[in-house]
Amino acid sequence: MNNILQLVWLIPLLPLVGFLINGLGRKHLSKALSGFIGSAVIFLSFAMSVWVFIQVKDGNTHVAHYFDFINITALKIGFDLQVDPLSSLFLLIITGVGFLIHVYSTAYMHDEEPQNFAKYFSFLNLFVFSMLLLVLGANYVIMFIGWEGVGLCSYLLIGFWFTNNKFNAAARKAFVMNRIGDLGFLLAIFWLVNKLGTVDFHNVFASVGNLSTFDITGITLLLFVGATGKSAQIPLYTWLPDAMAGPTPVSALIHAATMVTAGIYMIARSNILYTMAPVSQTVVAITGLSTAILAATIALKQNDIKKVLAYSTVSQLGYMFLGLGVGAYTGAVFHVMTHAFFKALLFLGAGSVIHAMSGEQDMRNMGGLKKHMKITHLTFLLGCLAIAGMPPFAGFFSKDEILGAAFAKNPVYYGIGVAGAMMTAFYMFRLYAMTFLGKFRGTADQEHHVHESPKAITIPLLILALLAVAGGWVGIPEVFLSGGHRLGEFLNPVFAQSDAITIKPEMVHTTEYMLMLISVALALVALIYAWSRFSKYQKTAEPSTGLGNVLENKWYVDELYEAIIIKPVRAIANFFNEVVEKKGIDGFVNGIGKAVNYGSRQVRLLQNGQVGLYVLMMVLGILILFIVQLFL
Amino acid sequence: MEIKWYIDLAVALFSIGVIGVLTRRNAIIIFMCIELMLNAVNLLLVAFSKMHAAAEVGSISPSVVSDGQLFVFFIMVVAAAEVSVGLAIIVMMYRNTHSTDVNFLNRLKH
Repeated sequence: MNNILQLVWLIPLLPLVGFLINGLGRKHLSKALSGFIGSAVIFLSFAMSVWVFIQVKDGNTHVAHYFDFINITALKIGFDLQVDPLSSLFLLIITGVGFLIHVYSTAYMHDEEPQNFAKYFSFLNLFVFSMLLLVLGANYVIMFIGWEGVGLCSYLLIGFWFTNNKFNAAARKAFVMNRIGDLGFLLAIFWLVNKLGTVDFHNVFASVGNLSTFDITGITLLLFVGATGKSAQIPLYTWLPDAMAGPTPVSALIHAATMVTAGIYMIARSNILYTMAPVSQTVVAITGLSTAILAATIALKQNDIKKVLAYSTVSQLGYMFLGLGVGAYTGAVFHVMTHAFFKALLFLGAGSVIHAMSGEQDMRNMGGLKKHMKITHLTFLLGCLAIAGMPPFAGFFSKDEILGAAFAKNPVYYGIGVAGAMMTAFYMFRLYAMTFLGKFRGTADQEHHVHESPKAITIPLLILALLAVAGGWVGIPEVFLSGGHRLGEFLNPVFAQSDAITIKPEMVHTTEYMLMLISVALALVALIYAWSRFSKYQKTAEPSTGLGNVLENKWYVDELYEAIIIKPVRAIANFFNEVVEKKGIDGFVNGIGKAVNYGSRQVRLLQNGQVGLYVLMMVLGILILFIVQLFL
Repeated sequence: MEIKWYIDLAVALFSIGVIGVLTRRNAIIIFMCIELMLNAVNLLLVAFSKMHAAAEVGSISPSVVSDGQLFVFFIMVVAAAEVSVGLAIIVMMYRNTHSTDVNFLNRLKH
């Protein structure tokens, strides 16, 4: 047991070391070396995470205290790392999928100069370090440090090709929206400190009974605001589609598998707080559900392959929040895991396609890639089946668990959720068919260049495909196999406090079978329809009209934000710049300078070299002294 | 006679001396005015010493009666020394520039 405490600090430290080596030595390292160092540290962290996973399988929790981060009489916050089933699961996901993406990046980014190549890997490593700190933290403050770190790395990586101003704008947008969420998180921390005097998970969850319902609701709502920023829910989701400006492996790692799941991790960790605040749970569920539907509708009409995947991510995150909101914590975390597998797979596959198409991202110019890229095609198909929720692939088990719990809470949730699942199947297979089936619609030049990607790209794809197929089998529900929900048993200690309070309505097996059947059948119908319609897709020059146009323009949400929020803020900022800063403060400071200048010019005239004047000054001085001493 | 008259006279002499130092151009006149200031102070000192002596007859030690007048001696000695040195300087100045104009000395600017 003690072995973990000695060495768990290595898990986040190794990527940090990789960041330093690649970052500081970027001008001296070759591409092969920096790629190797970047990937190797993640692999070592993964190996250690596996070992940690084995150690905590019996449900043990360990908290390792390293040093006092903040130590004043009223408040003690230590730099503590906590290892328990939830954090070890996330460790495996982050380091495992992260390692595959690092390997993939060595091939994907091979066109970059050695300096930028090393910079890329240093940013990736820094990101993994921050994310590991986030999930390993034993109190909200350490989690927040990691939270901020991943936001920063997201900015650095989205704007990696910084010579393009549009990418920089996207990176700024991501960072600012994250920051807005962070404010909510911070306020929640302050509230906790005010009411409980501690931010340690252990202490907070133990003394949760001392908080009034108003306090708990407020804290959980504020935490959720933080989660909406980080995990791209309404209203702070618009940064994620724009974040596709970054390299595709970055989109896979950050915006599919890891960073965006930080919000879910936080809420899963604070599950007892949410269980005791039903109002917040409803807010979480409704927000998640609306986001899921909204993003799915937008994805139906997107033509950029990465944008479809981005909106798909937002939509799937909505499902995870729905799961959290109806109390299916295990289901939500399960979906995090399976989503990491198939979404990373889909993004990496898309990257492989973009790479082969010499940078083309518009699906209308693709098509018929099936015969040119066999491995990519196969793995991508498996990923699409998984995300559409087809049994026995991974997505089916996790999504159905969430939908089942949603039905138990409120059948309307289930209904809307199934509609979203149908749309998911539809847009994913629209993407698949437009990209891989039918006739090639690109230029002759591109057709020449199309080839299967190198091994460093295809092997991660194969591994992820395997996980997307088999990943769901750790969570087989009770109706199929008694005792088959291994993941649920594994995570039981984390959610035990909540489970003790909630009353889980028992669903008859027939109902469960019916729910599953309905959702799978409807998704299958949507799948087949999309497949048949888009495999014969032909480019048309006519612009979209009506609802299609609205969807293609993302419901004009960005334009709405621009008008309501950004323009007034810019106007205020402009006012402050022109009037307050330039005329007021600058004027004041410069004015002091000018006054001193003027004054000194006048005083200088006293020194005119005339002795008579000097004597006069002397007399006047004596006179003044004389008068002054009369009064003192 | 009242002390007030002595004070008035001394102040008048002193201020005439000050104005003379400030406004006159001839170096010798300036020296004269300096002497005037010194002598005004002398007058005041003697007057005050007589005033104190007259007020405190019999109850103070004999020396304090003439303290003010003793100080006058010192001032006169200093005045004499200073005048001799000053006049020597003025003579040298006259020899070099053939004038006693004080404005010649306005060279402290550069």
